[in-house]
Amino acid sequence: MTHPSYKRSRRSISTRRLIALLRSLAKYLIVVIVAVIPIIPILLMYGWLLVQSFSSRVVLGLVPSGLTIENWKFLWSPVKMGLKTYPNIWPITLNTLFIALGEAALVVLVSTMAGYALSRMNFRGRVGLMQFIIALHAFPSVILLIALFIILNKLGLYGKGYLTLMGVMLIKAGLDIPMASWIIKGFFDSIPWDIEWAALVDGCTRWRAWRSVIVPLILPGIGAISIFSFLSGWSEFLLVFTYVKDETYYTLPVLIYHLIGEFRFINWGMLAAIGLFYAIPTLIFFSTSQKLLLRIYVGGIKR
Amino acid sequence: MVRVTLDHVSKFFGKVKAVVDLYLEIRDGEFVALLGPSGCGKTTTLLMIAGIYKPTKGRILFDDEDVTDLPPKDRNIGMVFQSYALYPHMTVYENIAFPLRLKKAPKNEIDRKVKEVAKLLQIDHLLDRKPSQLSGGQQQRVALGRALVKEPDVLLLDEPLSNLDAKLRILMRAELKRLQKELKITTVYVTHDQVEAMSMADRIAVMNAGRLQQYAEPHDLYNKPANLFVAGFIGAPPMNFIEGSIREVNGNYFFDAGVFTLKLSNELGELIASKSTDVILGFRPEHAKISITERPNAIKGAIYVTEPLGRDMVVNVKVGNIIIKVLTEPNPTLTPGKTVWLVISEDKMHFFDKSTEKAIV
Repeated sequence: MTHPSYKRSRRSISTRRLIALLRSLAKYLIVVIVAVIPIIPILLMYGWLLVQSFSSRVVLGLVPSGLTIENWKFLWSPVKMGLKTYPNIWPITLNTLFIALGEAALVVLVSTMAGYALSRMNFRGRVGLMQFIIALHAFPSVILLIALFIILNKLGLYGKGYLTLMGVMLIKAGLDIPMASWIIKGFFDSIPWDIEWAALVDGCTRWRAWRSVIVPLILPGIGAISIFSFLSGWSEFLLVFTYVKDETYYTLPVLIYHLIGEFRFINWGMLAAIGLFYAIPTLIFFSTSQKLLLRIYVGGIKR
Repeated sequence: MVRVTLDHVSKFFGKVKAVVDLYLEIRDGEFVALLGPSGCGKTTTLLMIAGIYKPTKGRILFDDEDVTDLPPKDRNIGMVFQSYALYPHMTVYENIAFPLRLKKAPKNEIDRKVKEVAKLLQIDHLLDRKPSQLSGGQQQRVALGRALVKEPDVLLLDEPLSNLDAKLRILMRAELKRLQKELKITTVYVTHDQVEAMSMADRIAVMNAGRLQQYAEPHDLYNKPANLFVAGFIGAPPMNFIEGSIREVNGNYFFDAGVFTLKLSNELGELIASKSTDVILGFRPEHAKISITERPNAIKGAIYVTEPLGRDMVVNVKVGNIIIKVLTEPNPTLTPGKTVWLVISEDKMHFFDKSTEKAIV
C-alpha cells in the first residue's frame, strides 16, 4: 500500500531539481545582462576605431571600406589640414611620456616613503592627516586651475616650454600622491612587525631594513601605483590645454583636441588612427598587469 | 657569552604598564625562561633586551656595559620570533646568510658558516628552498640558524615551539636544551607553557601583570613557591587552595577551613600564627594520599568524579562545597560517591597569607 505523501515527495524531488536548475540559469542571465552586455558597446567602439583607422571612407559599422594606411601617415610625415601644419607626432609623444614617466617616478618615490611613515610611525596629527588625505581625493583639478596658474607663474614655470610641462608633472604628482600613499600604506600595514624586527636584530639600520626587506615585499603595490600614476599623467588633458600655448610642447590629448576643434572638415580616419595610437600604452599596461592590479584588493603577503 | 642584567626596568605604553620595576640578573651561559600568562609582560621584556623597545625607566646591561641606548644591530643578539619572521622573498640560504652579509663578511666565510649551521640543525638539504616551501618545524630551524649563524652573545627566543604540533614540540624541547648546553650561549626563552619552562630552563622568572613574581630554579618554584600566583601556575593539575584560619586551643594549633579542621604541629602552628591568622592552605594533588579507611587528622570527603589519565588518575573529592583534586595511581575501586579520607604530610603543606598572597611557609 503506497502512502500518498510518499508519492508526493518523490515528485517534488525532480521538481526541486528543476527549480534549482532554473535558479542557477537565472543567476547566469543576470550576470550576462549586467556585466557582459554593457561591455559589448565598448568593444564595438574599439572595433570601430580599429576599422576606421584603416578605411579611406567614413564607415558606420565594422566593415572597412577602402583599406588603406593613409590615415597612419602621421607616423612618418607631418599632418596638413587645410592651411595648418601640425608638428611631428613623435616629439608630442615624447612630451606626453615626459609627463607620464615623470609623474610615475615622483609618485612612487614620495608615496612609498609617505606610506611607510603613515603605517609605521606614530606622530602627532597622524589620524587627522589620513582623514585629510581621503578628503583631498575628492578634489577635481578644474577648481584649482586659476590658483595653480598663479603658483606656476610665481615659480617661473609658466610659458617656459619644458619647464611648463614639468610644472604640469609636479601638479599631477601632487594631486595623485595622497591616494597613492594611502594605497601603499595598506600594503605596509599587511607586513607583520616581526619581519622588520628580525631585520633590525640581524644588523640592519632602519633604512637598510626598509630597503632590503620591506620594499621587496610590497613590489606588487609599487607596481600598481606606478601604473596608475603613469596612466594618470598619460591621460592628463585639462592642465596641459590650459597652460601650454606653444604647439611644440603639446601632449597627445591636446593634439587630438586641436585636430577636432578647429575645422569644419574632420578627417575621421586619421582621428581614429591617432586615437588608437594614443590608447596603445593603456591597452598594453592593462592587458599585461591584470594579476598585479588585482593584488591591491587581495592585499600584500601570505604569512 | 655575556651576563645580562635588567636594572629596575619598566615599560609603559601610555597608561598601560606592561613591565613594572623588573630586576633580573642572567648569568653567563645560563638558560633563563620568562614564564607567565598572556599579557604578563614577558615578550615586552624580551623586546627590551633586544633593543626593539626602549625601557621607560631603568637600564639594561650586557656584562657591565650599559646597552639601554644601543640599537638592536649593535647588541650582537640572535632572536627567534614566534612566527619565525623569515624573509619570504629570500631562499633559506639567503635568510641564514643575511646577518653575515650585513656584517660585510667575506663570501667564502659566509658560505662556510651558513653550511655549518645548516648541518648542525639538519637543514642543509633545504638551502635552495623558499620559506613558503618548508614545514613549520623546518621553518623554525631556519629561524634558529639565522639567529645562531653570527655567533651572538645572547640568544632570545619568543615562544618558538608554540606553532609546532605536540610531538615535534617535545622533540624540539630536548634538541634546544642540548644545543644551548653545547654552544653555551646566554639564552632568554619566553613561554606561557610551564612544562616547557620547567624542563628546559636553569632558572625561571615567573611574571604576572608586568611584575616579577619569583625568580628561581625549577625545583624551588615547585617546592617553595613565593606566592599564591606561582604556586597555582606551576604544576599540573594545579595546586589545591583552601581558605581558612589558624586557631589556637590550649596550646594546640589547628587549621580551620569550616568544612574540615586539621591539627598542625606546634612549631608549624606557631610559625604561621605569628605572621597571620587568615591564611590559605595549599597542597599539590600529587601530595595528598587517598585512603578508604578512616585516618587521623585527615580530610573527610566523598568522591565526586574520577578522571583516568592512563598513567595516573585525578580524583575529584567533594568536601562540603569545595572540590579537592588528588593525583593518584589508577585504582578502579575509587568510584563516585565513595567516602574517602585525604592525608597530607605537613612538609608538603603550603600556607599563604590571605591578604598579601605571599607564602608564609
